[in-house]
Amino acid sequence: MADEPLVLGIETSCDETGVGIVRGTTLLADAVASSVDTHARFGGVVPEIASRAHLEAMVPTIERALKEAGVGARDLDGIAVTAGPGLAGALLVGVSAAKAYAYALGKPLYGVNHLASHICVDQLEHGPLPEPTMALLVSGGHSSLLLAPDITRDVRPLGATIDDAAGEAFDKIARVLDLGFPGGPVIDRLAKEGDPKAIAFPRGLSGSRDPAYDFSFSGLKTSVARWIEAKRAAGEDVPVRDVAASFQEAVVDVLTRKAVRACKDEGVDHLMIGGGVAANSRLRALAEERCERAGIRLRVPRPGLCTDNGAMVAALGAEMVARNRPASDLELSADSSLPVTETHVPGAHAHAHGVGHDHVHEISKDNLYS
Amino acid sequence: MLLLAVDTATPAVTVALHDGTSVVAETGQVDARRHGELLLPAVDRVLTEAGLGLDAVTDVVVGVGPGPYTGLRVGLVTAATFGSALSVPVHGVCTLDGLAYAAGLDGLEGPFAVATDARRKEVYWARYEDARTRTGEPGVDRPADIAGRLAGLPVVGAGALLHPDAFPGARGPEHVRAGALAALAAERLAAGTGLLPPQPLYLRRPDAQVPKNYKVVTPR
Ligand SMILES: [Zn+2]
Repeated sequence: MADEPLVLGIETSCDETGVGIVRGTTLLADAVASSVDTHARFGGVVPEIASRAHLEAMVPTIERALKEAGVGARDLDGIAVTAGPGLAGALLVGVSAAKAYAYALGKPLYGVNHLASHICVDQLEHGPLPEPTMALLVSGGHSSLLLAPDITRDVRPLGATIDDAAGEAFDKIARVLDLGFPGGPVIDRLAKEGDPKAIAFPRGLSGSRDPAYDFSFSGLKTSVARWIEAKRAAGEDVPVRDVAASFQEAVVDVLTRKAVRACKDEGVDHLMIGGGVAANSRLRALAEERCERAGIRLRVPRPGLCTDNGAMVAALGAEMVARNRPASDLELSADSSLPVTETHVPGAHAHAHGVGHDHVHEISKDNLYS
Repeated sequence: MLLLAVDTATPAVTVALHDGTSVVAETGQVDARRHGELLLPAVDRVLTEAGLGLDAVTDVVVGVGPGPYTGLRVGLVTAATFGSALSVPVHGVCTLDGLAYAAGLDGLEGPFAVATDARRKEVYWARYEDARTRTGEPGVDRPADIAGRLAGLPVVGAGALLHPDAFPGARGPEHVRAGALAALAAERLAAGTGLLPPQPLYLRRPDAQVPKNYKVVTPR
């Protein structure tokens, strides 16, 4: 519908420079420039390399998105941007660009939460989110179970990883197996030819006294690495496909079990899965199977919308406009540790909430000023 | 002609409007930690003071450093985005050149040197024949390693003032001013020479450190 808000969204929280354009819940453009290849040899994302790449890609990606959507910048109803959480220096490039763009065009600016955006993107695929929405977010940076009664202003963390993110575990095991970075896609591919029951790797935090919705992948990672090292020490071949399948099974077993349990406990009859690890084929299959058995409807966006992108930011921005939420102001800052409960960052004068939250800022290795 | 000039390559967040003849409005703040928050409100202030809208701007001028990366990028991405949104050209000027030009406006004649703080106990620096003429490319070095080469010269800027032992000729101006940057750009535009592409002068390779837990998200 032409009267739905037309919003451009900018995402630079990690290594993807994403610019998306949506009209309401309709995706019009999703332009992404990734610096993932330049990080590969470091086995992880290097903040300064990511920030430099964002600066180079920012304006060309905005222009590409506008062209792809076939809309003029003057027709936009708002500019949305990831204000956090993420890498401080990387976020700052997107936030600065969004502010300049909004100011130059005279459009309202919406600094939004990266995690809420991961959930909201599903509106572009499966229509308006049910309220509340149960969401499992899994990627190289986050593993969380979130309950969202209102994606624009009420997102509640039920659980999260207490150590490594799920995607990080994939990267680390891929490194132990010399499979390169990122680890997710290659482990998924090899696991298809392996036996998921070959090796019984531990399921973290799955005891009856453990927190019901928190995750832990650090013990699993160590256990898999030890198993591989023991094989190597004994001079035996490492059955890479079976290790990949058994490791992957341990991860997705815990993720889906806890997500389905959260749905049942909270009386929510559907589950949304987002984040880069949502592209994992076994996670999708097992979630489908368990949700079906529990009478839960599963919503997983296509892989391109699960990884970091600008469309998800635009989707949440459009929802902010549609629901008349207060805009951010020109002082909007990037907040590397923006809590998931802060779905957006309204201007200081717009709203009593949102200023001076008292969370602890990340002690960052990516020095803001070097 | 109306130039909008911004520079965030040093602790100064500085913005000016220049009509091709003189500075129309200028504002700035020195705060190394808040470039991102301060720049857009500063742009808004100079335009309000001049009673003009951003659409009156014909050219954007940006200091391309060298400077500490995170702050430097705020000015560069802002300038590039303005250029795209307004369909106007964006011109780069070496931040050290802007500071040299500001020293010239304050009455300093050449030869002299300019040094800004590069952190990690180093300075970004360059030598100048006069306020408009740099000799050689900007460098990044420890003060003690270049003190001999710059002996006897006035050395302008915070990088010099921070290291008086290495630079006894240290003097102001301490920071670059966008008004000076704009005036220099206006001269170069008129002469049709000397402007740079709006790309950062980092002068250092990125530290390749792999971060751990780079997105810690749940409040606990
Ligand atoms: Zn993400």
